[in-house]
Amino acid sequence: MRYLDREAFGKLVDALAGAGYDLIGPTVRDGAIVLDHIDGAEDLPSGVGEEQGPGTYRLTSRDDDMVFSWAHGPDAGKRFLFPAREVLCTAKRNDGQLTVECRPGDERPFAFVGLRSCDLHAIAVQDRVFLDADPHYARRRERALFIGVNCAVPGGTCFCTSMGTGPKCTIGFDLALTELPGGFVVEVSSPRGEQMIEVVRSREATEEEVRAAQAVTTEAEGQMGRSLDVADMPELLYRNREHPRWKDVAARCLACGNCTSACPTCFCHDIVEGMSITGDTATRTREWASCFSEEFSHIVGMEIRKSRESRYRQWLTHKFASWIDQFGTSGCVGCGRCITWCPVGIDVTEEITAIRATDGEVEVAEEVMAS
Amino acid sequence: MSASTKPRVAVFKMASCDGCQLQILDAEEALLDLAGAINIVNFAEASSYMEPGPYDVTLVEGSISAPEQIEQVKEIREQSKFLIAIGACATSGGIQALRNTQDAGAFVRTIYPTPEYVKTLATSTPIADHVRVDLELTGCPIDRGQLLGALSALLAGAMPRISTSSVCVECKRRGYVCVLVAKGEPCLGPVTRTGCGALCPAFGRGCYGCFGPSQPPNTDALGRRLVDLGLPSKLVADKFRFITGWAPAFREAADAIADGRKDEEVAAP
Repeated sequence: MRYLDREAFGKLVDALAGAGYDLIGPTVRDGAIVLDHIDGAEDLPSGVGEEQGPGTYRLTSRDDDMVFSWAHGPDAGKRFLFPAREVLCTAKRNDGQLTVECRPGDERPFAFVGLRSCDLHAIAVQDRVFLDADPHYARRRERALFIGVNCAVPGGTCFCTSMGTGPKCTIGFDLALTELPGGFVVEVSSPRGEQMIEVVRSREATEEEVRAAQAVTTEAEGQMGRSLDVADMPELLYRNREHPRWKDVAARCLACGNCTSACPTCFCHDIVEGMSITGDTATRTREWASCFSEEFSHIVGMEIRKSRESRYRQWLTHKFASWIDQFGTSGCVGCGRCITWCPVGIDVTEEITAIRATDGEVEVAEEVMAS
Repeated sequence: MSASTKPRVAVFKMASCDGCQLQILDAEEALLDLAGAINIVNFAEASSYMEPGPYDVTLVEGSISAPEQIEQVKEIREQSKFLIAIGACATSGGIQALRNTQDAGAFVRTIYPTPEYVKTLATSTPIADHVRVDLELTGCPIDRGQLLGALSALLAGAMPRISTSSVCVECKRRGYVCVLVAKGEPCLGPVTRTGCGALCPAFGRGCYGCFGPSQPPNTDALGRRLVDLGLPSKLVADKFRFITGWAPAFREAADAIADGRKDEEVAAP
């Protein structure tokens, strides 16, 4: 374990910018700590905290200069690695000649500063969807650099310990920081991480500092705002697909799609074909879509998931159950963003707990289960 | 394309403020391309040169609010291969549909010195209540990009795709911080159709629903949430009754909230 004081940490961040990285880090904007392009460590949210609950998020002030003493904002790495709107192909007609361009762009590589363990796990989940299938995603993903932060102050809607995804960073980082009052204990886990830390003055962390860092994680583990029993997934949700709770939650659900947009693993998207008025240029654009939109399930002549009930059930069952069959992992990393950013505060942990409480209340015929 | 083979396009207005038509004239750099691709043969807002029909594509702004407009819009329909109703007025009756639940005659008598000169209908209604409409572009005003996209699609022989998802879907795409969750700002975005680019949340304000209801929206649940945020139920009902208040989903929402309020008053000791 290495130790960086605050000044050295600032220089490390500056060095990344100097090396040509596009810095992505937390910063305060419009009443939230958001993940955005930043210029340097001075943009980090010093002395700022947050309070999160179902359907509510508020910034708070702290009387110290800690920059990572909060859980997470509305966005994770998804917004940058899988952008909300991206032109995949452009076709141009010139003097009767058609040229089609589908190559990934040549943007600067990202350096993520301050992603949490849940966010890093979410990237690993999206990797299974995009890495082999999508050269645009793969190029950004492979060139990106990741500085994780071991979470010290979980939010009121967090349950990463239940999902086995935090609060300590275990995968997907080059450096992982634990913030202490004077500086950072740093875990280096890749050759790139080694190179990175060599450019600034660091020293071996003392035993006391290492112990203090461990205490940060232990304390965070005890502060989860939520918990969830995920035993017997995926079967729990499969056999309860006619459970009365789906109707109950559908009466509250706005089907607005905020949960899917805020979710760091939701990958559903639409491919939109566009054309200029002159007909000389056409674009194929990928944009985030939501399974909560009625039009999302539109096939020739009809929508196959007309009711909110069927759409909510589809989303929750995919996220916590059929995702396991599809990708070999849960689709949920326990970040709780879907709870915080739901305008009416629907809580997935509460919904699943309610279903479990009356597990099997409505039996689904065996032959239906098999079909 | 020569002038003779270019689609003939007409633009008409009924009861409206002309703001949607101005979106066409404001199309700036796209205007020249547009002029090259289509032949605008009747557009009183832009030119006094007006050709009679038939038209390949007709844009109709405004609501039906006066008796002669009923006949006028029927004639327009007969002259048009493809009719697009543009804007909140043409698609839901507009702000002037506030009169629909009131005594419209009383407004006329109050405002005009010689009310007998004013011929008006008791209601302000959307174009689709009177003639078949091939496509509706909602919004107050319409979104210029959406209009150009629709025209481009028609020029390419494709049916334009107009999303019915919520404003939230686009708001999140653009990375705006949710004003309802982070500020407790009353916002109709979760039940309103996308198309505006989440313009109001971009400036820290709640959506006021000018693009009309999204896919069958859960106005009950949002109404309850707005009341929980501290908004009196009358104000919540008024929010749904605003720009697109005569759109059935918003009208029913406002009525349900108003009815619930009456029940509460009766139940109060």
